Amino acid sequence: MNKLIQQKQLAQLISAHFKEIIRQPAVIFWGIIFPILMALGLGIAFTRQTDIVRHVAVIENNQVFTENANNELLIHAFLEKHADKIEPSKDKPHQYKITLPDKKLGNTTFVFEKTTWHNAMILLKRGNLGIIMDEKNGRIEYHFDPLNTDAHFSYLKLSKIFGQNGAVVEEGLESVHPLTVHGTRYIDFLVPGLMAMGVMMSCMWGMSYGMIDKRAKKLLRRMVATPMKKSYFLISLMTVRITMNLIESTLLFLFAWLVFHVTIEGSIAGLLTIFIAGNIAFGGIAIFISCRTSNTEVGNGLVNAVVMPMMVLSGVFFSYHNFPDWSIPFIQKLPLTLLADGLRSIFIEGAGYSEIILPTAILLSIGIFFFSAGLRFFKWH
Amino acid sequence: MKKNPVIEVKNVFKSFKNVQAVNGVDFKIFKGQSVALLGPNGAGKTTLMEMIEGIQKPDKGDILIMGKKWKGNERELHRDIGLSLQETHFIDRLTVFETLKLFAGFYELKRQRVDEIIRIIGLAEKTRSYVVNLSGGQRQRLALGIALLNNPKILLLDEPTTGLDPNARREIWSILMDLKKRSQTSLILTTHYMEEAEQLCERIIIIDNGRILKQGTLEQLLKEDNDDKIIEFALEESNPAIDRISNPSGFQIQWDADRDNGIIVLKQIEKQLPEFLNFLNQNNLRLRHLECRRKTLDDLFTTMTGRRLHE
Repeated sequence: MNKLIQQKQLAQLISAHFKEIIRQPAVIFWGIIFPILMALGLGIAFTRQTDIVRHVAVIENNQVFTENANNELLIHAFLEKHADKIEPSKDKPHQYKITLPDKKLGNTTFVFEKTTWHNAMILLKRGNLGIIMDEKNGRIEYHFDPLNTDAHFSYLKLSKIFGQNGAVVEEGLESVHPLTVHGTRYIDFLVPGLMAMGVMMSCMWGMSYGMIDKRAKKLLRRMVATPMKKSYFLISLMTVRITMNLIESTLLFLFAWLVFHVTIEGSIAGLLTIFIAGNIAFGGIAIFISCRTSNTEVGNGLVNAVVMPMMVLSGVFFSYHNFPDWSIPFIQKLPLTLLADGLRSIFIEGAGYSEIILPTAILLSIGIFFFSAGLRFFKWH
Repeated sequence: MKKNPVIEVKNVFKSFKNVQAVNGVDFKIFKGQSVALLGPNGAGKTTLMEMIEGIQKPDKGDILIMGKKWKGNERELHRDIGLSLQETHFIDRLTVFETLKLFAGFYELKRQRVDEIIRIIGLAEKTRSYVVNLSGGQRQRLALGIALLNNPKILLLDEPTTGLDPNARREIWSILMDLKKRSQTSLILTTHYMEEAEQLCERIIIIDNGRILKQGTLEQLLKEDNDDKIIEFALEESNPAIDRISNPSGFQIQWDADRDNGIIVLKQIEKQLPEFLNFLNQNNLRLRHLECRRKTLDDLFTTMTGRRLHE
């Protein structure tokens, strides 16, 4: 009997908690429907693409046909003969493609882009590609970060392609050159990405969630019942958040500098400018998404709806160039991508003001637009 | 002194979906007056208060604060009003001093005023305590302190002592009584505690279902039936359904099943009390407790609505 009562209590508690959840439509949307929509969208976008696409830089030289000691074709001649030429575009006039068919694991496609050493290094630092091929004295040279497993994978496959087709058949006719200079390592790619992500997370969770919580606790209502200027409240939140983010990012950089010798190659003033622009952008978005709701669960969903796609797409941890080509222009316009790319260009490519002026302007516009819209629709009560 | 009302509520209506929260309310409050909006939960007190505070807009009717409407005069009126909401959580990890200093900043007040308020609300020993570590009564005193920071001409308190223990309630009352002595601040407070209304306010507005049932001073409210006496009694028998037994004397028994006691309003106690005892005897009901007292606001409310204030 006692057991039966206890089970009934448990059943009642479970029933009450279920009702508590399902009677909030917004919670249902953000908890159930939104993840399904995300899975649907991202699934359709990326699951059908089973091919692995890797980009390879081939250093241009004046020799059109190069042969090794055994009269075998090296890279350029090999590509002309065995690879498919890609329709030239304005940015990429010389591109070739080789696809290794594999029904079980999916095809692997290598896209070869002829470019200068300087450009190849920039593309490598940006994470657009993982490996550079060059030919010297009748030997193919592979340049990549030895700690980058994906580059290793590319090297092994490329070596097999060129070997099978007669370019390199003998030991010693190819060589591997580890790239360990600053800016080419994974850590050099990672640190600016982490800084950008830190700004986004800190603004979205710190500001949005904080405001929703204050609204739920009726503190906002109490504050606006005084002569407090409403815009000051929002500006003060943003000021504190920018200062905190600056401190956090400085500490992250100092750690990366001391332990991994990560350096800033470009303009420090430029770095500060785009960093503040990024904070303003995410601060504005944070104010906008938290401008109405007083339900912390809904707030949770809203913050995730903004943060999750950018975390996945914006190339914080890995280059977004591995996503399908059609998605790249969209990804590049996301605020987190703009900030991460901008920070990386200064950190590892040595960029100055001229290179970051456009992303800075876009980030500022995003911030001002969302801040104004958020203030317009802000619910204080 | 009472020429121009500081608050004028003119035929105000407010509804939410299908609920008519405030249904044609009219009243005026003058400088230095203390007025209680007394009513049970859901009577419409908080909605009315929020409209006076400018937080909500009436669907119909006007509210004038010192002769001005809220629209276009927000900043000016906020300077003259102090308020305490029914429920406010301040920033957990700010100290009492820091919280008061924050709000003092909104009114451009100096530290001296913060120190004064800390003394008035009796939180000198808690100045450096985080808000999260304060008791319910201390938090409510802090809320009251914030409401008093700007030396308001009008003080609006929404259920300032709800949920507090009797000691904490008396501490709040003491601060407010002291304020009444010292200043000409007009006070409106909502409450469902009859004693609070009696203690703090010279005028009481009884409100239920969004309407004013009765208003006036305590004396005026109880004057009409001033000679009425209340018999409050309990019986040895539980749940006796005594209110359903017909009695030839015709006195009305209001039986409260929750409290297991009954109330009768007697106009001529000398004649009717023996009749009541006789009635109990005839129905084999035995008294456990009997008390005769004067009529209170709670009794008045019960007479008017059939419900008690605390329901």
